[in-house]
Amino acid sequence: MDFTFEEQQVAFRDAVRKFLMVEAAPEMLREIWETESGRSKDLRAKLADQGITALSVPEEFGGIGLGDLDWVLINQELGYYAIPDSLSDTAYLAAWLLTRLPSDVALKKAWLPRIANGTARIAIGHPVNPFVSDAQLADLLLLWHDDEVHAVQRDQVKLSFNPSIEMSRRLYQVKWTPSDATRVAPARIGRELWEGVLNRAALAVSAQQLGLAQRMLDLGIDHSAQRKQFGKPIGSFQAVKHQLADVAVKIEFAKPVVFRAAHCLANNRPRAAVHVSHAKLAACEAAWASARRSMQVHGAMGYTWEADLQMFMKRAWALDAAWGDRAFHKTRVAQFIFAEGTALGPGETFN
Amino acid sequence: MRLEYTERQQRFRKEVRAWLEQNVPKQPLRSFDTEEGFAEHRAWEGKLAGGHWSAVTWPKEVGGRGCDLIEWLIFEEEYWRASAPLRVNQNGIFLLAPTLMEYGTEEQKQRFLPRMATGEDIWAQGWSEPGAGSDMAAIRCKAVRDGDHYVISGQKTWSTRAVWADWLFGLFRTDPNSVRHHGLTFILLPLNLPGITIRPVQQLNGETGFAEIFFDEVRVPVSNRLADEGAGWQVAMATAGFERGLMLRSPGRFQQTAKALVDLYLRHQARIDADPSIRDAVLQSWMGAEAYALATYRTACRLAKGGQIGAEASTNKIFWSELDLLMHETAMRILGARAELMPHAPDAGDIGRWLDGFLFAQAGPIYAGTNEIQRNIIAERMLGLPRS
Repeated sequence: MDFTFEEQQVAFRDAVRKFLMVEAAPEMLREIWETESGRSKDLRAKLADQGITALSVPEEFGGIGLGDLDWVLINQELGYYAIPDSLSDTAYLAAWLLTRLPSDVALKKAWLPRIANGTARIAIGHPVNPFVSDAQLADLLLLWHDDEVHAVQRDQVKLSFNPSIEMSRRLYQVKWTPSDATRVAPARIGRELWEGVLNRAALAVSAQQLGLAQRMLDLGIDHSAQRKQFGKPIGSFQAVKHQLADVAVKIEFAKPVVFRAAHCLANNRPRAAVHVSHAKLAACEAAWASARRSMQVHGAMGYTWEADLQMFMKRAWALDAAWGDRAFHKTRVAQFIFAEGTALGPGETFN
Repeated sequence: MRLEYTERQQRFRKEVRAWLEQNVPKQPLRSFDTEEGFAEHRAWEGKLAGGHWSAVTWPKEVGGRGCDLIEWLIFEEEYWRASAPLRVNQNGIFLLAPTLMEYGTEEQKQRFLPRMATGEDIWAQGWSEPGAGSDMAAIRCKAVRDGDHYVISGQKTWSTRAVWADWLFGLFRTDPNSVRHHGLTFILLPLNLPGITIRPVQQLNGETGFAEIFFDEVRVPVSNRLADEGAGWQVAMATAGFERGLMLRSPGRFQQTAKALVDLYLRHQARIDADPSIRDAVLQSWMGAEAYALATYRTACRLAKGGQIGAEASTNKIFWSELDLLMHETAMRILGARAELMPHAPDAGDIGRWLDGFLFAQAGPIYAGTNEIQRNIIAERMLGLPRS
């Protein structure tokens, strides 16, 4: 039993954190908002230089071959710095899906090396999400159709843009026609693959929400230490302290839930899907609580465009329903705990 | 990260389970806040000690088993799973003992720990006073040095188990000119000394779970002092860390309650689903109990790698006390019009334990440092916010 990360994993996380601290300052994110694509080629290239795009591409295709636990650490950082890029859709989800396609599919050879070296963007369309993120920039779209997996070029789809309150999100309605030519896996294989994608995507969102929750808490702490009223920093008042302490509690108890989910997913444990849904619920609750409390601590400043809080807060709000809303994930947990014969109670924690 | 039990840990679990199956009383013991119940629970502590199960994390020489924290968690999981009796000596075993091991002399360890392990000495705590609750540094109960004795005068209150306990540990003011957390000393004393008057206090459930203790020039040998004179605050904070941190409420307790709550909900589902918020609360309860278990394992693993329990101990205390309230409030809502029945009411069946648990859960956010004090600690020591 060892519920800690390996030193190597933490070292990689720390390196990414240092890099993002410099390269993804809030002013820079605002500049990227103003561009039409909402994405920065430069930032993407730098992220690839850090090795993030190669993280879960197998070594035979030019990657590093790491997995779900490594991504949980990296996704926390991507959340903390609100990186305006659907990086993990390509480098985590699409890489995972492509790797598991039947071995004769030429797609693997064509795309996995490009994911690893950071030159490909792949968008993913799954029915749990009404829209596809970053479809406009995608070199390839991996789309669900009746549990089949289809690989579709961008010129084969019709896109309509749906602006989100979160300026970094680029959401598209995708219209396309499935055909034998686009099908890369039949439903009998695809069903399990899509389940795997969904679980990893929900896990990725959970980890990002943890990062966002921490960032909004940190912003609240900074503000309450600097802002003075009645001649004192407002952070010295108990009413303010307790708001932020409650957020710290929620984050502290969401983290190990997310880490368990990652471990169980990586090791194909029978309860992995339930643990992922639990993780998503816990992390989203922490993130929303952090948004609300940090906003309250910021006072009227928190309601402005100027305050940086907005970019993290809006991301946290938007991600709440990404890859399954709360109803979806609660249903998965409920179906498990209320099913006849489910073993609950002490000693069942790590199944 | 490796979330699997080792072969050795699995064998340990089997051994615990087998012993408990053989030995846990088939009939629940009476409440340890009654005289007969207290005696029954003391006897149970003796039985546990007979199997070397009463203090598994202690060294073997003083009555323990030398278990690490993961084995302790496994033991606790099995203990709650078996619905074994509540631990009447938990203040001693889980709170005083770690402090004694860190600060006590060899002589003190030999003198106190083995008798604690067997239940021969049951321990009560002496922190709060009428004027010192959340503000514990306001302690006034004084211990004046007289040769090789301290002469104690004053009052302690809300002392859990003190009505029938044998010994008390707590903080006393040894320097009459000191203020706040200076000049306090940690002293251990038997509760049968001349000059001690114990007045039981009736709790919400009608039983006398705690007491006021009056000291009228009670003479205690200096050898009963733990650590240096004047170092009491530092020693007490270590105890408080254990209490809030890890050992006071092991996760098995809440996982067992969550499981019982799921069962209760399923039995009443047909009627209860008219209020969908109950189903949601059951779901939240189960997830909360899991989260608490996971956080505890994570802390145990970090400690094993040389980490320390810091202010996150305060997040634990808030989390489990609020979870316990949620679970028991939800049970009361499920039981509806029968929830108010006393356990011995003819039509109560086996639901009375939910009422007991509900009442006790009300105390959770208050004892072991109120949750408001915990939030201050989190804000100042974990988040770095300025002191008031």
